[in-house]
Amino acid sequence: MNIVAVRALFAFEMSRWRRTLMQSVISPVLSTSLYFVVFGAAIGSRISEVEGVSYGAFIVPGLIMMLILAQSTANASFGIYFPRFTGTIYEILSAPVSALEIVLGYVGAAATKSVILGLIVLVTASFFVEVRIAHPFWMLAFLLLTSIAFSLLGFIVGLWAEGFEKLQLIPLLIITPLSFLGGTFYSLNMLPPFWKTVTLLNPIVYLISGFRWSFYEISDVSVGVSLLMTLVFLLVCLAVIWLIFKTGYRLKA
Amino acid sequence: MPAIISVIDVSKTYASGFTALHGVDLDINEGEIFALLGPNGAGKTTLINIICGIVNASFGSVSVAGHDNVTEFRAARSAIGLVPQELTLDMFESVWATVNFSRGLFGKPKNHAYVEKILRQLSLWDKKDSRILSLSGGMKRRLLIAKALAHEPRILFLDEPTAGVDVELRRGMWDVISGMRADGVTIILTTHYIEEAELMADRVGVILKGGIVLVERKDELMRKLGRKMLVLDLQSPLVTLPAGLDAHNLVLSPDGKHLTYTFDTKSERTGITALLNDLRSAGVTFSDLRTEESSLEDIFVDLVKKAAQ
Ligand SMILES: Nc1ncnc2c1ncn2[C@@H]1O[C@H](COP(=O)(O)OP(=O)(O)OP(=O)(O)O)[C@@H](O)[C@H]1O
Ligand SMILES: [Mg+2]
Repeated sequence: MNIVAVRALFAFEMSRWRRTLMQSVISPVLSTSLYFVVFGAAIGSRISEVEGVSYGAFIVPGLIMMLILAQSTANASFGIYFPRFTGTIYEILSAPVSALEIVLGYVGAAATKSVILGLIVLVTASFFVEVRIAHPFWMLAFLLLTSIAFSLLGFIVGLWAEGFEKLQLIPLLIITPLSFLGGTFYSLNMLPPFWKTVTLLNPIVYLISGFRWSFYEISDVSVGVSLLMTLVFLLVCLAVIWLIFKTGYRLKA
Repeated sequence: MPAIISVIDVSKTYASGFTALHGVDLDINEGEIFALLGPNGAGKTTLINIICGIVNASFGSVSVAGHDNVTEFRAARSAIGLVPQELTLDMFESVWATVNFSRGLFGKPKNHAYVEKILRQLSLWDKKDSRILSLSGGMKRRLLIAKALAHEPRILFLDEPTAGVDVELRRGMWDVISGMRADGVTIILTTHYIEEAELMADRVGVILKGGIVLVERKDELMRKLGRKMLVLDLQSPLVTLPAGLDAHNLVLSPDGKHLTYTFDTKSERTGITALLNDLRSAGVTFSDLRTEESSLEDIFVDLVKKAAQ
């Protein structure tokens, strides 16, 4: 295992992040805060409580999850797409690093950024509403697993994309809509039975439900199922990446 | 000398269906400077990229320092530093950061003194904190060399290292390359400046349309294929060649002022003595004479022409 190389890749990605600290930290924190102001104030005045939790506090876990999903995919996909685009990937391909080490470096950095952002938003949220965390360990576990899983997804997108438009396509067409319909702003019990069933087909529902459980011990689906879904998603992404590297797809001519 | 790189029957067909290499066999000796020459699109970069692990070969195998470059890619790649043809750099990074990154990528622990030494050698030390986008083209080219050397490779590939570098810096680069050769580094370079290969290389390989057509020691090549010309400046211009000189294959310049005699350096008899005798008998007098040697460039152009026919 070439640990030094993993560290070099990781540090490279993190320094790229620091260079653009403004966009990478301030903007997600700002937009999440706006959600609080708009949704918390507008809807919170009509729905005061959901399953015993104040509406403002109820939406916190979902908002963090939405941020993590968007940031992980965006960061990881850009991280690997950019060197492919500029040609600097030659150096990584000619270095004594394995596929696993490349993934560890890039995905590790993207997931780290997401976790840091998630925690920053959590702290920000606690200024607006009273946030209670019933199971800190599980909260961190869900945060971490989801960050890794969606960074892996982003990495796949970054390997697959042939242009900057395609890089945006998956987040725009799949992740954003699914995460808006993923139960951040409502409990599934508030939906008519038909829509509740449809919503259960949305994998993001499971992620948000599990995460919210670690805060308030309320959930739309059982926590075990949430955890299982997260792990399955993670494994599927890993398998896809393994396949991509095995065939050299899109990386080597 | 043992071979440090062995390319065995390597072919490459790109996804587009284009076959860029046809069964290439090539041995590179340890410690030599090998110049790979060939016209645009001949397959030089493809061959280098296959050896370095950037492009997968469709067929054949490559071993580097005794290690197969696919099954033992770590050992094989660790030995190699690559300076790519294109100026591909992370424009927003600093010079210092990018060279240290390269070293880390190859698994080497930090060594600031060594990195400083390379940057000084390549006249980049005063630019170490600059962002790469603020460097000139020639500086970027040298930075790519610094990155390739960052992990102390035994083998260095230079894919057109002096493209876009001015004369003075090119000389400087030759010095750096000679210095590395003296340190025992094996160097493989491609170039379109053939006088560069002529000056530096121990051996020359010519690749045409994806096939190696010639591999030869440079001095041997020059001797074998080399032709010399004897040029005579005449005292009084001639309209036609005097009879009695026909046997010598002389060429009279259009203005009638020069006679050129071409001879093979490898043949035992050059025919010069006979020519001079016959000239005297014919009453041709000359004011000056000089010989010209054909360069590697002439040899190369000749080969390419022949292959085109
Ligand atoms: N990724 C690719 N897909 C398809 N064809 C390619 C690819 N890369 C190179 N080729 C083709 O393979 C041939 C050899 O290209 P290569 O870059 O190896 O040439 P070269 O000898 O390095 O030329 P130059 O002197 O211009 O650098 C060319 O005809 C080129 O068009
Ligand atoms: Mg080339």
